[in-house]
Amino acid sequence: MSQKQPRVIVVGGGLAGLSATIKVAEAGVPVDLFSMVPVKRSHSVCAQGGINACNEVARQQGYSEWIHMDETLYGGDFLQHQPPVYEMTHWAPRIIDLLDRMGVPFNRTAEGQRDLRLFGGSLFKRTHFAGASTGQQLLYGLDEQVRRHEADGKVNKYEFWEFLWPIIDDNGECKGIIAQDMRTMQIKPFLADAVVMATGGNGMVFGKSTMSVICTGGAAARCYQAGAWFGNPEFIQVHPTAIPGEDKCRLMSESARGEGGRVWVPREKGDVRPPLDIPEEERWYFLEEKYPAYGNLVPRDIATREIFFVCEDGYGIGGSRMVYLDVSHLPQGTKDKLKAILEIYEKFTGDDPTEVPMKIFPAVHYSMGGLYTVFTEEEKEAVPGDGEKTIGMKDGAPNNMMTNIPGLFAFGEVNYQYHGGTRLGANALLNCIFDGLFCGPSLVNYAKEGRMSPASELSQDIIDKFVKQEQDKVDALVNSKGKANPYDIWRRLGDEMTAAATVVRTEERMQKALETVKALREEYKDVCLSDTGMWTNQNLSFTRALNDMLIYAEAILVPAIARKESRGSHYRPDYPERIDDPFQKTSLVKYVNDQPELSYEDVATPMVPPRARTYGKTS
Amino acid sequence: MIASDAKKSFFVKVKRQDSPEKNPYYEVFELPYKPNLNIISCLQAIASNPVTVDGKQSTPVVWDCSCLEEVCGACTMVMGGQVGQSCSTLVDELIERDGTGTKDNPITLEPMSKFPVVRDLFVDRSSMFANLKDIKGWVPIDGTHDLGAGPKEDPEAQELRYQLSRCMTCGCCLEACPQFSLEGNFVGAQVFGQTLYFNTHETGASLKEDRLDVMQQAGGISDCGNAQNCVEVCPKELPLVEAIAKIGRQTTVHSIKKFFTGKK
Repeated sequence: MSQKQPRVIVVGGGLAGLSATIKVAEAGVPVDLFSMVPVKRSHSVCAQGGINACNEVARQQGYSEWIHMDETLYGGDFLQHQPPVYEMTHWAPRIIDLLDRMGVPFNRTAEGQRDLRLFGGSLFKRTHFAGASTGQQLLYGLDEQVRRHEADGKVNKYEFWEFLWPIIDDNGECKGIIAQDMRTMQIKPFLADAVVMATGGNGMVFGKSTMSVICTGGAAARCYQAGAWFGNPEFIQVHPTAIPGEDKCRLMSESARGEGGRVWVPREKGDVRPPLDIPEEERWYFLEEKYPAYGNLVPRDIATREIFFVCEDGYGIGGSRMVYLDVSHLPQGTKDKLKAILEIYEKFTGDDPTEVPMKIFPAVHYSMGGLYTVFTEEEKEAVPGDGEKTIGMKDGAPNNMMTNIPGLFAFGEVNYQYHGGTRLGANALLNCIFDGLFCGPSLVNYAKEGRMSPASELSQDIIDKFVKQEQDKVDALVNSKGKANPYDIWRRLGDEMTAAATVVRTEERMQKALETVKALREEYKDVCLSDTGMWTNQNLSFTRALNDMLIYAEAILVPAIARKESRGSHYRPDYPERIDDPFQKTSLVKYVNDQPELSYEDVATPMVPPRARTYGKTS
Repeated sequence: MIASDAKKSFFVKVKRQDSPEKNPYYEVFELPYKPNLNIISCLQAIASNPVTVDGKQSTPVVWDCSCLEEVCGACTMVMGGQVGQSCSTLVDELIERDGTGTKDNPITLEPMSKFPVVRDLFVDRSSMFANLKDIKGWVPIDGTHDLGAGPKEDPEAQELRYQLSRCMTCGCCLEACPQFSLEGNFVGAQVFGQTLYFNTHETGASLKEDRLDVMQQAGGISDCGNAQNCVEVCPKELPLVEAIAKIGRQTTVHSIKKFFTGKK
């Protein structure tokens, strides 16, 4: 056996990738960190509202980690595995403490304690925040610690490098990656004893979303084509409040409602009066009316559907497909806490939201599903206030959040754990950092002891095979004499996916979309680059990822059509109820003969039995 | 200027450069007008149909972008002669401000001039990240073990740190600075802001002297000419004047202390 020191590769430099990097570097194992952008520009910066954790103030009002878990499971409509959620919610307070020690500028009370805000799906204040740019602040805090390890020589950053494919040996074990320098266009192999994908969501499959342009889902779809499975890819979160735009839909954080913002439309259809001229009694606060307990803070899928149907019924502002999100009545101090998002609204629309209500509409926001991962369960000592039987994840087990491909892991939004049918607001930042911190040691343990053979012993033939595979793809695109325009195919893909597979999903419409995507895949074979040069060619990178987006789109549609029930974000007017038998299951999607192949896996509910998810709706 | 209701199209002139060694050149594109377009939308439209006004088939313009909501800092460029984020700069604003957008007087898009061009509007800002390493831009925690909460913080102190922490390493402050240049060693306002950010944190302050050593060197705080252009262009309105003043004072005190204690 070679005594060569193990190495770990982290793909993606958002919260999940950076927190994993810190843990692995701290354990003394060198890390190669790959990102398509300087890591400080990763999509995690876009998270606004906050990060959930039980805290002493909430605890003394009856809140606990157990309730945080329960809320997460109830919000997710009981589709998720419970042990990882147990572990995540019980670690959450310690994660906040660590971020606090790293210097993240969390908002403070007069006494200097960390301030808290209310968020969707909870009746307790358990969301920690830094203004309305919490994701940015957390990402920077982790980026700084990674920079420290980089200065110590423990981390090598490969920024502006694109992940192309996992290197998988004859035993089916992942041994590294093929990546491409986005400036010089050089394609190179990198070996490692454990590889973690921390590559985020797939919003670009839907054209315009709240996600960054780098969130194509391409990296995940490449792993899928290489044999990794998807879990629940049909579960896509549509955020209720975004600013519709020509190039993207910009997020308007749930924190606006958490701080007291109200959603309303004029009671009279087609009312064209300016909002401030409409008196209070002529405004319809439909969320507050329908959900007296949670009001504007029902989970996102519920708020999204209510807004969508209010507009379908003709109550949108002046007959349009937009509703008001109103913070104009809030006190100045509260508006200050929301400054980061309110100034963005003003910059893009020209209207000052502290004076006039914002106009918003739902937009694709988050991928609950993603790469399928496993974990090792462990019975835990019951914490006071917890249920009788508690099952978490085993600390440091070498398979925590590993995909079905040994040696290939998935952390953060790219995996399918934690959120089930819908993610609660301010649980994403927690999930990403938890994965990195808790499962980072699993990477180390796998790289040191869990692996079947060291990466350093991998044969050159296998490495060459994968390099050639990727080089051939590039050559084929560059030499294509086709006619199809990749940007045009992408636009049509996005329009179709948004129309068929977001807020409302019917069998008929999704079948049509599946035909459209198949046709687009055919059209793609005739795709043509407008730039065939070999220096910083973004046209090539985009066009290559487009193929992966098309393949991901099919993997979303097939299980969405087959899931003949409504659960969380997956709303089927043709099957409006949740049907636990047979759908209390993970959709497993495998790539077989260029097609998605669907099967199911049971989801155990060892701690919290499923219950009806009503949020106290008045009938 | 054409009245906006009559506008059907507008013109954009882009500074192109195929690689660092090649000479730059300009290309003009005609784009369909819509209200509320941002500059990114123009570049996206060009990418899908890269044909110049002369009918020449060109290539998509290369530029850096990611979030498109002015928080990642990637898409900085010089638009109509002014530096800013191309996601939050609207075509209507430029037409209104400069009277541009016509065929004879198109909206100009150029890369920042204070950084090496990689290609077209995409520049190399790695020096900004390297500077963060030089100033030890981190809080030196003892490790990620569970060691309880960080120090309590006064809301006013938090407010200052929060404002400084919104720096997205976009480079606007450096592009606008008369002291900062491609060849020179002046580090610029970004670094002063970040130095104050870390020096203000209770644990971060344990590396304060190391950071001020860097501030004392050539290219440090004494090279600041106080033109205050940085504050004018900062998209996040960071308190950079305050940072420059405070870091100036901290550095002076640091030098005097070093002089009297004889420490090098």
